[in-house]
Amino acid sequence: MARVLLKNLNKKYDDVHAVKDVNLEIRDREFVVLVGPSGCGKTTTLRMVAGLEEISSGEIQIDEQRINELAPMDRDIAMVFQNYALYPHMSVYDNMAFGLRMRKFETEEIERRVNQAAEILGIQGLLARRPRQLSGGQRQRVALGRAIVRNPRVFLFDEPLSNLDAALRVQMRVELKRLHERLETTAIYVTHDQVEAMTLGDRVVVMKDGVVQQVGEPLELYGRPFNRFVAGFIGSPAMNFAEVAIAEANGVLWADARGLRVKVPPARIETLRRYAGSRVILGVRPEALRMASAADPAEYAFDSTAEVVEPLGSEILLNVRAGPHALVARVDPSTRLKVHETVRLAFDPERLHFFDTASGAAI
Amino acid sequence: MIEGARWKKWLWFYLPMGMFILGLLFPFYWMAVTTVRPDRELYRPWNHPLYSPFWTSNPTLDHIKNLLQETLFDRWMWNTMLIALAATLISLLCGVLAGYALARLRFRWAGLLGTAIFVTYLVPQTLLFIPLADIIRDYSIGDTPWALILTYPTFLIPFCTWLMMGYFKTIPKELEECARIDGATRWQAMLYIILPIALPGILSAGIFAFTLSWNEFIYALVFLSSPEQKTVPVGVVSELIRGDVFFWGPLMAGALIGSVPVAIVYSFFVEHYVAGMTGSVKG
Repeated sequence: MARVLLKNLNKKYDDVHAVKDVNLEIRDREFVVLVGPSGCGKTTTLRMVAGLEEISSGEIQIDEQRINELAPMDRDIAMVFQNYALYPHMSVYDNMAFGLRMRKFETEEIERRVNQAAEILGIQGLLARRPRQLSGGQRQRVALGRAIVRNPRVFLFDEPLSNLDAALRVQMRVELKRLHERLETTAIYVTHDQVEAMTLGDRVVVMKDGVVQQVGEPLELYGRPFNRFVAGFIGSPAMNFAEVAIAEANGVLWADARGLRVKVPPARIETLRRYAGSRVILGVRPEALRMASAADPAEYAFDSTAEVVEPLGSEILLNVRAGPHALVARVDPSTRLKVHETVRLAFDPERLHFFDTASGAAI
Repeated sequence: MIEGARWKKWLWFYLPMGMFILGLLFPFYWMAVTTVRPDRELYRPWNHPLYSPFWTSNPTLDHIKNLLQETLFDRWMWNTMLIALAATLISLLCGVLAGYALARLRFRWAGLLGTAIFVTYLVPQTLLFIPLADIIRDYSIGDTPWALILTYPTFLIPFCTWLMMGYFKTIPKELEECARIDGATRWQAMLYIILPIALPGILSAGIFAFTLSWNEFIYALVFLSSPEQKTVPVGVVSELIRGDVFFWGPLMAGALIGSVPVAIVYSFFVEHYVAGMTGSVKG
C-alpha cells in the first residue's frame, strides 16, 4: 500500500530550473509513467523521489509521511536503473540478496525471497552467474529481481528498457506489465519513449522543460491533448499541424490555409468564433485523414500530392504535400498509389484539433 | 587479422619485437652474468685470448657471499621492505579516500583541490628534499626509518590520489546509488561495492607506490646516514663504491637480489595490474 504525493516540487541547479512546481498524486498500486523529451526533468523528479537528489523546494509524501529528509535507504523504495547497475563483482544471487542482507534479513528468508523472485522472472538457472556472463535481457531481469525481492512500497524505473534492442524491448514491456499486475506495487516509470508510456501507464504524465503539461490516461492524452506539445509528442507518426486563418462567412467558420480549406465542425463553432479573423494551429492525426470518396462532403476534403509512400503491411503511411504543408495520412494497405500522383484526402471532422498559436493551448 | 606473406610478419613484427625484448632484458642479463663471474674474468682486458664478456664458464657465488657477509645487505633489504610497505600502505589509504572524495563528492573547490594535489606531485624531489631535511631535523627523526616512511607519501599520495580518482570515475555512480537505495550507508556502499570493484586500480596504485619507494634514492641518501639504517639502493652504492673503486661483483649481486621483490610483486598481481591500467569496469 503506498500513495505518493508530490507537492509543488522544485529542483534548481545553479542556473537551471530543472523541475518547476510539479504537483502529482500517484495512487496506491498505480503505474504512472513520466514521459517527455530529454532534459524535461522527468529523471530529476524520479531521483528526488528516490532521495538521490536534494529537493530545492516542495514536498514528497509517501502514505501521508513527508520523506524529504529521509535517506534513500529509509524510504522503502526500489529503483531499476537504465544501465541496470548490477554489482559486477557479485553473483546474480548476491546481487539480489544485497539489499536484504543490508537490512539484516535471516539467511533462510533471503533465500526464500531470492528464489521466489528468480522464479517469477525465470532466472533460476542464472543465480550463480556473474552479470558480465548475462545477455542484456537477462541483466534487465536481474535488475528487476533485485527490486522485487525487497517488496518495497514503491518501484522506480529510470528508462529501464532503453538499452535493449527493439524486439526485446517489446517483450520486456509486456513482462513488466504482467509483473505489475501480479505484484500490485505502486510504480513510477520514466521514459522518453511515448509508446512505452502509452502501453505501460495506468496514467501518463507528459513533461516539458520541467513543467507537467498534462496528466491523464493514455487514451485521454491521445484523444484530448491539452496543448500542442502533448498532441505532437504522443502518437506515432506525430499529429499533423498546419497554421490556418479562421474566417467567418455566412455564419459558417472556415479554417483556411494555402492548399487547405476546411469547414469548422458545427460543434466547435462556438469556441472558435472568437478567433475569427486570426490564426490558429489546426491539428489532425494521421488516422483522421483518409482517402476521400464521393460521399465525403467537399468542405472536409482537399487535394494533395503524394511525396513518399511507406507501406508498413498493416497500413500505408502516406506523406503528402498540400500547398506548403507536409502531412502524413494513415491509409488502408490495399490503396494503390504512386509518388507524385494527386491524392484527394478527407478529414474526419470529429477529430480535428485546434490550438492557440501563441500559447499552444487546445481550443 | 588478415595474414600477409609470412616473411612480412617476421620482418615487421617478430624482428622488431625481438630486438625490443633483447634491449630490455640485456641489462638484467648483464647484471646476472656479472654476479656469478669470478673476479679474474671480470677484470680481464678485451684483447685477452679468453675474453668472453657475455658468458662465463666458471660461475661462482663468491660475490653473493661477499655481499651477505661483508656488508649489511640483509639489514638493508629488511629496511627497504619495511619502509616501502609502510609508505605504500599510508599512501594507499590516503590516496583511495582522497581519490574517492574528489571523484564522487560534490563540494566546493573539489576541482581546484584535485589540481593542487597534482601540482604538488610536479615539485621535483631534488628541490623538495631541502625543506624536508629541515623538517626532519626539527622532529628528530633523521637516520630512522620514519624519515622515509613519512616523506615518501609526499609524492606517493598525490600519485595514488590521481590514479584512484581516475579509476573511481570509470565506475558508474548508479552502482553506488543503487546500493544506497538497497539499504547501504555511504560507507557501506563504498566498502562493499566501490572498493571491491576498484581493486584492480588499488593494486596498480599499490604496486606503483611500492616500486617507487623501493627504488627511491635521493631522500634515502640524504635522510639516512648510518650504514645499518640504509636502504638497498643507497647501501649498495655507498658501501660498494669506495672512492673510484667499483666492486662490480657484489654491486651487481646487490642489484640483482634487490630487484627480486619488485619482480615478485609485479608477477603476482600482473593480471589485476593490467586490468587496472586499462581501467574498464564492464557491468
